Amino acid sequence: MVPLWMYLTVAAALFSIGMYGVLARRNAVAVLMGIELMLNAVNLNLIAFWRYLTPFNMSGQAFAAFVLVVAAAEVAVGLAIIIAVYRNRQSVEVEDVDMLKG
Amino acid sequence: MNFGEGLTPEAFAFGLFTILTLGGALGVVTSLNLVRAAIWLMLTLFGIAGYFVLLSAPFLASVQVLVYIGAIGILFSFAVMLTRGMTNLKERFNDQWWLAGLAALTAFVLLMVGVIVPAFGNSGAPVSDQVTTTVDLGVALVSGNQYVLPFEVASLLLTAAMIGAIVIAREDD
Amino acid sequence: MQCDNIINTLAPCLVQSGWNGDLANFASIFLGVIILATFPLLVTIVLIWFERKFAARIQDRLGPNRVGPFGLLQPFADVIKLLGKEDITPAGADKLIYNIAPVMMVMSVLLIWAVVPLSPIHVGMDLEIGALYIISVASFGTLSVIFASWSSNNKYALLGAFRVVAQLISYEVPLALSLLIPVMLAGSMSLVDITQAQAGMWFIFVAPLSAILFFISSQAETGRAPFDLLEAESELVAGFNIEYSGMKFALFFAGEFMHVFTNGVLMAVLFAGGYIGFGGLENSIPLLGIVFLFLKASVFYMLSLLIRNAIPRVRIDQLMNFNWKFLVPVSIVNVVMMAFLLKVVQALGIAPTPELANDFVANIPQTLVLFAGNVVLGLLVMNTVSSRIRKERLQESANRAIVPMGAGD
Repeated sequence: MVPLWMYLTVAAALFSIGMYGVLARRNAVAVLMGIELMLNAVNLNLIAFWRYLTPFNMSGQAFAAFVLVVAAAEVAVGLAIIIAVYRNRQSVEVEDVDMLKG
Repeated sequence: MNFGEGLTPEAFAFGLFTILTLGGALGVVTSLNLVRAAIWLMLTLFGIAGYFVLLSAPFLASVQVLVYIGAIGILFSFAVMLTRGMTNLKERFNDQWWLAGLAALTAFVLLMVGVIVPAFGNSGAPVSDQVTTTVDLGVALVSGNQYVLPFEVASLLLTAAMIGAIVIAREDD
Repeated sequence: MQCDNIINTLAPCLVQSGWNGDLANFASIFLGVIILATFPLLVTIVLIWFERKFAARIQDRLGPNRVGPFGLLQPFADVIKLLGKEDITPAGADKLIYNIAPVMMVMSVLLIWAVVPLSPIHVGMDLEIGALYIISVASFGTLSVIFASWSSNNKYALLGAFRVVAQLISYEVPLALSLLIPVMLAGSMSLVDITQAQAGMWFIFVAPLSAILFFISSQAETGRAPFDLLEAESELVAGFNIEYSGMKFALFFAGEFMHVFTNGVLMAVLFAGGYIGFGGLENSIPLLGIVFLFLKASVFYMLSLLIRNAIPRVRIDQLMNFNWKFLVPVSIVNVVMMAFLLKVVQALGIAPTPELANDFVANIPQTLVLFAGNVVLGLLVMNTVSSRIRKERLQESANRAIVPMGAGD
């Protein structure tokens, strides 16, 4: 089978790419996409560790399921906030949302 | 089954999913057109679902496709469409994108050299060939001495997020 | 020589004629996939003719009767016409996504056929999570609608697509919830296990309310009348596929027909016993299993055709109200009630023991209890709805009676 460190490398690479997306993009929706990539890298890590080290303890899969749930909730609320901000300021670039009072 | 020296079908599938995932991720963060970025994101999530199937977690793979691609992917497409109008503006990057790239590269190298290679560098095959089934995952999620409490809290969280998203995004009449 | 698995049948022949071992395996799997994917496409050809004849006879006209005897070659005439049309891509459209959207729509239907058990020994793939896989694959169809509308570079397509996607996403909820009932009754998500658990009693007698809910939700998922805002041929200038013509439009069209028949097949597998016929006949002649499955699927398909041709369209807000205020609460209460009754039946001891599970008579007490529970819930729901409607009607007539007194002087 494929050795464990290959899965961990892919997850680390995915995490780094997601981090680049969060730090370097101007559009808020694109930043959220980077966050999604990071969360998926975490999920991949969890499941790889579960399969290779403790396949009889369900903690790995259950934890990954909860990460998935939290990511879904976070995307929903984040996009709702972005739409509300767009309605107020007509722009979703993260550099334009820099004052507390509209 | 052996196609050649060590190129098992599983290694072949792993390579295919790696190309899908990492290629899609690079497409997400470098694509100037946001709709294309959303489509690359869905491709990446599909690659991750493929990994889950390889790692004997078919339930999570199915839930990944259903939730991430079928719901979150559509949410992203809607958000992109609703916050741009029909003009095809090209998005730009930050002025400090090279610094972000440097930070990401440093993080990757640190993870590899500091954590993965020392701790798991010579890990090989998994501990056991048999795994628990979906029935065991179901039992774990509702059984009293395992994960029933996080399960209920997660459902509360989803309800709160749903109500909150509706309230935030609603137009003030 | 075993015959139930295409790898066992074809691969030894290939290996004998000199192929490499696992290349032969790969080629035989590939051939099996092609055969299984061509099956529903061939069925669609018959469906095109059947649907038009059926609709025509209901509307008191003849239907296609010129091309071939009884118009049987009409689908071929349709295909030749559509192939001859010019392949237009609108200006400013995103070419890759524009071309992928109809393919994804057909793909989302074909992928369902991979898990359907066609006979006791023929199944594409016996997935452990078959029922969940069906719902996951259905979400690809929603994606294809978004791709089609966005890449058409057309305001009206986009507006049409918003409503369609809202409908498709909303009706996935009662679909998944009513799919839970056969899973609960069979104790497994695998479609093969669900079919074999109905050897004693078909689930449509045990859980009729779930069958009705699944039928209604699947009709809404395909975009069949009365929920056909997707096509709405007489309204919003044809909706999201306004810019599609020729063969790509034919793919959307054929995909929708295939989807309706696939829904019939799913209803048959989940609620009407799948390949199970009478007297255990399908165990000795497995091909009869396919015949039984298609007969049952055709019954449900004809039911959906009847409903399509007889009932008018609903508005988008009526559609959303119907889903969120009626279907979702009813399906949630249904799930809770069925789980409770199953436990009650087990506690009372009238559930059939595992070795008697395939016997018809032994299943009857449990069936009676669950059926009674479903009927009670259905009557409760109907009473609630009708009393609320009656209250609204009385209020409306009271309002109308008051106004003339105050108006005019």
